[in-house]
Amino acid sequence: MTNSTQTKLYPEIIEFIEECLTREHPESYLISILHKLQERHGYLTREHMYEVAQRLQVPASVVSGVSTFYHFFRLKPRGRYAISICLGTACFVKGADKILEAFRKKLGINMGETTKDGLFSLENTRCLGVCGLAPVVTINDKIYSRVTPQQVPDLLSRALAD
Amino acid sequence: MPKVLEKFQQIKQEILKEHLPHYDSGKIIIQVGSATCENAAGADQVRAEFRKLLAASGRDDIVIKQTGCTGRCSREPIVGVYFPGQFPFKYEQVTLPKVQEIFQQHVLAGKPVLPLILDKKTSNLYSRVVTLCSMAAPRYAEQDHWADILEQRLKAKGIPEGTVRIFTGCSLGLYSQEQSSTNMGMIVFPQKTVYTFSTEAELDAIIQSHFIEDKILKANLAAMDPLIKRFISLYGDVAFFNKQTRLTLRNSGIIDPEDLGDYIANDGFEALAQTLEHNDPSRVIDAINRSGLRGRGGGGYPTGRKWQDAIASTDPIRYVICNADEGDPGAYMDRSTLEGDPFSIIDGMIIGAFAVGARQGFLYIRAEYPLAIRRVETAIAKCRAAGLLGKNILDSGFDFDLDVRLGAGAFVCGEETALMLSIEGKRGQPRLRPPYPTQSGLWGHPTVINNVETWSNVSVIIRHGAEWFSRLGTEKSKGTKVFALAGKVRNSGLVEVPMGTTLKEIIFDIGGGVPEGRTLKAVQTGGPSGGCIPAGLIDTPADYDSLAQAGSIMGSGGMIVLDDQDCMVATAKFFLEFTQDESCGKCVPCREGTLRMLEILERITQGHGQMEDLDKLERLGRLIQKTSLCGLGQTAPNPVLSALKNFREEFIIHIQEKRCPSHKCAQLIRYEIDANKCTGCTLCARRCPVSCISGTPRQPHVIDQERCIKCGECFMVCKFEAVHKK
Ligand SMILES: Cc1cc2nc3c(=O)[nH]c(=O)nc-3n(C[C@H](O)[C@H](O)[C@H](O)COP(=O)(O)O)c2cc1C
Ligand code: SF4
Ligand code: SF4
Ligand code: SF4
Ligand code: FES
Ligand code: FES
Repeated sequence: MTNSTQTKLYPEIIEFIEECLTREHPESYLISILHKLQERHGYLTREHMYEVAQRLQVPASVVSGVSTFYHFFRLKPRGRYAISICLGTACFVKGADKILEAFRKKLGINMGETTKDGLFSLENTRCLGVCGLAPVVTINDKIYSRVTPQQVPDLLSRALAD
Repeated sequence: MPKVLEKFQQIKQEILKEHLPHYDSGKIIIQVGSATCENAAGADQVRAEFRKLLAASGRDDIVIKQTGCTGRCSREPIVGVYFPGQFPFKYEQVTLPKVQEIFQQHVLAGKPVLPLILDKKTSNLYSRVVTLCSMAAPRYAEQDHWADILEQRLKAKGIPEGTVRIFTGCSLGLYSQEQSSTNMGMIVFPQKTVYTFSTEAELDAIIQSHFIEDKILKANLAAMDPLIKRFISLYGDVAFFNKQTRLTLRNSGIIDPEDLGDYIANDGFEALAQTLEHNDPSRVIDAINRSGLRGRGGGGYPTGRKWQDAIASTDPIRYVICNADEGDPGAYMDRSTLEGDPFSIIDGMIIGAFAVGARQGFLYIRAEYPLAIRRVETAIAKCRAAGLLGKNILDSGFDFDLDVRLGAGAFVCGEETALMLSIEGKRGQPRLRPPYPTQSGLWGHPTVINNVETWSNVSVIIRHGAEWFSRLGTEKSKGTKVFALAGKVRNSGLVEVPMGTTLKEIIFDIGGGVPEGRTLKAVQTGGPSGGCIPAGLIDTPADYDSLAQAGSIMGSGGMIVLDDQDCMVATAKFFLEFTQDESCGKCVPCREGTLRMLEILERITQGHGQMEDLDKLERLGRLIQKTSLCGLGQTAPNPVLSALKNFREEFIIHIQEKRCPSHKCAQLIRYEIDANKCTGCTLCARRCPVSCISGTPRQPHVIDQERCIKCGECFMVCKFEAVHKK
């Protein structure tokens, strides 16, 4: 076990892991722990994952296996404004590809990349369950509905102004 | 009084005592939608604005409440205003200025703001609204026929036009009356009187008594189910609920999903209390069996049989799981229920757990639904605090608790064996079945896994009876199904109808048809595991067997409407890209096979396809179907195979003419400049990234087709609509 002076994990995460260890099937909380960690830190680092493995008493390979299997986990930092374009069916049918194209052109980055200044990153999601308002884009946690390619520059400047 | 029921009554009274003012509390209620969809449309700000106005008004007889969504995505944000004892009003697409108007004119001054009313169906204040319905089975032609007769008779009796509004539909498949093939039902608002009749003479008698003499005609009064009675009293939105039957969505958009009192006041947990009082698991399983309920997650396996399978094992440790992974990208039925009525899922799960002897249950919710997760966690905590979850529930001796586990963006984890591994904290890779989860599931113990909608139906079946439930729907598909209508349809949103309602009724009568004067091309059901049903088969009833016969599947309820501007090759490719991306990679046919199919489709959409590619796609598709390990691979070829079957011609045009008739496939679009319209402004030539447009200023320009990379820039920038897509 890493001793506490070396720890890189956040105290609340450590506390959560300790709590899980008192429950039945502690290893089953791995995904929940990674969710909390990502929410706190923005993405999963190797050091963090290694420490989670040690504290939860599971092999490090299990933790990295899980973190790479699930698309939701990010292994590198995202931009300050994470733009996520829904590429679910309803959004696709309503022209999500054109929205994506507009963001790509405007930001000069591809899906999965972050602008050099670290401000914007481009991601996709498969359906946020608001298909009735397609096409949708989220910037950080805010959902924008019925987006048109023409609105893209405006969305970016609004995000910056927030 | 028996022990459990007594305990339940005690809890109920306690909760209701502290319960927020309810619809019959004598207060004016402003109800604002609160769901992911509502908030995306701006409901958050609307609620805040009402709060501000209310605070400023200093009134204490007005209450603001929240509710889940009613599935009316295209009309959100929706606001309801309830005056005690009056017909409820609902407003659509409420913006901040509209909040002002509604608050000042309606809430404070009592005058409804008619132009803002939902569906704008009420252009004046009708003194009465009538809904005609054909009882359990939709018989639309008959409804229309009776509506005509009713209209004539009212006129003949001298009732002025425009004072009675007539709707038809089967909003009320839920009478406690025997199903009859000749009876019609009729609700009259605002009195909420429900009549049945089967002859013109009876209809005349009702008109004479109710509309002329203002007396209720007792002889024809229908016995009403409490569920539908409550529904009628709370819903202002008659027009849309026309032709729908809301069972799963019975509370969504009516109650406050975070308020246990609201759920309990609306009949919640009654079924649970009854079940625990009888203390006989076989009674529950028997009822579920007789109801004919089948799994709503896609497979359609009989729910009662699944529960029976689970108790066949002697292993004393058993689990129940709610599959709330809702993976179909383009479906949102489950999200709406999770956000709008989480208690109903918990209610069903406790009953199910009791039936199969489980002590612990899990709800596996996809991480993309943060509000749903929060609502479910709140609901669980409130149930625990009230003694509805935990040890010795309602003094029955039965222990059961629930835990939420989150998905993490893997579609394959909706598959039951993968889902269970994911709950165990592992990579969600499916395994071979058998053993089925009911034999060996979570940590090797028998596990019952059901979909959100399946669980939500359990308590209504127990409460109102298997026979009552099985009257709805068709021979082999009982009850109702919620569909998520999206795509090229006017009223996108959730629709709940009796199984067997035709696609045409869903898309045209309820969905309002295809907008912008376009024509229907196909309906996609079943998401990435399903297929496209061509417009010609629009009369197909939506039930498990008929949809399968039409070459698609029921799936979980996603229904995407495609119009003549949608390319079937591109749509098939879209789904295959999805499944190929989501394949867990465990077995070769799925991992490699879908990649090969995708390569072929890419070739076709780029104009490099060969005719033999079509046979190759079919051969590969059938091979993947037969040899893949799990449902993802086994169904991945479906969208492609069904498109090939129903829209082969379109594939051939892509291959032979190198043309995409619906202008979707970017590489097959040919951009041409219309010399008659081009003013020679030079804009396109300056913007073209490969400088392949030439021409002198003020003269028509031309595109060098050889060098054009089809980026579409010229088409977008031309201000004179001189660039055409061919
Ligand atoms: C690839 C794949 C994805 C699935 N996704 C879901 C899902 O998101 N929700 C769901 O309820 N069932 C899903 N299922 C079906 C489940 O495996 C399982 O049959 C279902 O949850 C059983 O519940 P039911 O009998 O109530 O339908 C999926 C199946 C496969 C093969
Ligand atoms: S069929 Fe596909 S998703 Fe299913 S186990 Fe095989 S590779 Fe994984
Ligand atoms: S932008 Fe339009 S009008 Fe101007 S040169 Fe190009 S085609 Fe002609
Ligand atoms: S489509 Fe793009 S490459 Fe082709 S002519 Fe227009 S601007 Fe140039
Ligand atoms: S497809 Fe984009 S929200 Fe559902
Ligand atoms: S209204 Fe909630 S799903 Fe659209």
